[in-house]
Amino acid sequence: MTPVFLVAAALAVAGALGVILSRQPVHSVLALVLNFLGLAALYISMDAEFLGVVQLIIYAGAIMVLFLFVIGLLTARKDPVEREGSEPLPLQRPLSIAAAGALALLLGGSLLAARLGGRPGVPQGFGTVKEFGRHLLVTHVLPFELTAFVLMVAVVGVIVLVGRKQA
Amino acid sequence: MENGYLALAAVLFALGGVGVLLRRSPLISLMCVELMWNAANLAFVTFARMHGNMDGQVFAFLTITVAAAEAAIGLALIVLLFRRREHVDVDDVHSLRG
Repeated sequence: MTPVFLVAAALAVAGALGVILSRQPVHSVLALVLNFLGLAALYISMDAEFLGVVQLIIYAGAIMVLFLFVIGLLTARKDPVEREGSEPLPLQRPLSIAAAGALALLLGGSLLAARLGGRPGVPQGFGTVKEFGRHLLVTHVLPFELTAFVLMVAVVGVIVLVGRKQA
Repeated sequence: MENGYLALAAVLFALGGVGVLLRRSPLISLMCVELMWNAANLAFVTFARMHGNMDGQVFAFLTITVAAAEAAIGLALIVLLFRRREHVDVDDVHSLRG
């Protein structure tokens, strides 16, 4: 347990709790950015420097700005999206908390039960942009191309969904 | 040492699951799904570090791009929902029922 891990893990958990507990969607987005900052620090502490930077630029930057735009577009008029107090599904809250607790126990228990090996020395250049690019564009070029296709489908889907009819 | 990282990934994933189940605003639900993506990414990166193999990092990168696509589509659907009705509560949305 290094100090970096403790601080970054506390940031990440605090951000996650903030997303769930805050009333305003904007506060949730900011808490999510906090969570991503912690995760980026964790990535860099695990020699995944390129991925840490990508996490900051793409996730904390681009995707969260998209969320902020949509929130600004939609909820500026009035905020109550959720009805207060009512509980349409019986036992929704206790059941969800029990399910999540069971999930955490299951995941954590299986991870702790697995015999984790020691920490082998990482190869030369592990996590650098050069090695990352070689792996992405040489070893895993087919998934890379598939991702490009997925992004194109997403763009076309968004235009079909919300594009103006006569534009 | 990796135990801590993996336990943190499990906790974050479970917190995202709590959010999806508890909150009824579609925006917050989508953010909690993002939390779960990121918990999975953390596990990928941790295993990549454990085994000294970059494949996990590459997969985490691909996951980030797919998450971006998912966020774009999900937000488009939310915009459509908000255009149609005043109250947007995921429990009230039955439009896709046959």
